[in-house]
Amino acid sequence: MSDELPILGRPAPEAGTALDEIAEEVVRFPGGGVALLRAETLFHWAQKSSLWPLTFGLACCAIEMMATFAGRFDLDRFGVILRPTPRQADVMIIAGTVTIKMAPRIRTLYDQMAHPKWVISMGSCANSGDHYRNVYSVVPGVDHVIPVDIYVAGCPPTPEALMEGIFALQRKIMEGDRARA
Amino acid sequence: MPAPEVVSALGVRFGAEAAPLGVTIPAASLLPAMRALRDTYGYRGYVTASAIERAAAFEVAHVVRNLDANDTLFVRVTAPKDLPEIDSLAFVYAGAEWHEREILDLFGIAFRGHPDPRRILLPDDYTGHPLRKDFAMDTPWGYRP
Repeated sequence: MSDELPILGRPAPEAGTALDEIAEEVVRFPGGGVALLRAETLFHWAQKSSLWPLTFGLACCAIEMMATFAGRFDLDRFGVILRPTPRQADVMIIAGTVTIKMAPRIRTLYDQMAHPKWVISMGSCANSGDHYRNVYSVVPGVDHVIPVDIYVAGCPPTPEALMEGIFALQRKIMEGDRARA
Repeated sequence: MPAPEVVSALGVRFGAEAAPLGVTIPAASLLPAMRALRDTYGYRGYVTASAIERAAAFEVAHVVRNLDANDTLFVRVTAPKDLPEIDSLAFVYAGAEWHEREILDLFGIAFRGHPDPRRILLPDDYTGHPLRKDFAMDTPWGYRP
């Protein structure tokens, strides 16, 4: 389809081949609709294929995060669908500068998320405070508040970088590394 | 530029001195001068307030605006460092209330007669006033989960 716009980032998997990612662990019975595999593998595969993030746009990183979710990059094709409430979310994307006044709210929303849950820290401010590190109102890194699984570098990170962070989280889930909390 | 006749009238009535973009007014006559500016001279719009820490004293600048004459006036008032306290304008210009709370929050200048003297930006349990010169950058503020 040469007349289509190119899709940036990783191409979406072909329909019907998604289970091939865990094909080496699946034992299929010939002639029947039965397959054998470890339940944990199946659960991890399901979890990483439907990451529903609670967006936490705190500063300019939120603009890049919105661009990543919008049509040009389109995270829906990876099963990443925004949720407006922590009760429905699996992963929290902290996008922006964390102030000491916002920190207790982040902690509350994180505690409201159901297990299993993961956290992506997006951008230098959420990673370490960056050039606001010693400012009187800023927490030097969101990992002072909640445990972080993936750090995405950049100021702000490009949509491709955030997508790579999400893919890294998917790999981490498939490796069975659960959230610590 | 402020209207020269307003500056000179403030000087005669309230002992104000000409200052960049406006006047410096003695702290004791701040309230009557602002009431006169609002009621007599037509400065009915409150724009903003800012604070500066000078070597000798704190300085608060209230900015008021006359929309008929298209004129902006800075009214400066100083507060000594050992007792940083000036009169609140919240009952003269309602818009001054939150600006004064911000100055209270970041500079620790108290406003006498303010209806709601709480911090406005920083957490309520924050200690210190971070825009003062003696606020060290490495002040242990701490995040307490």
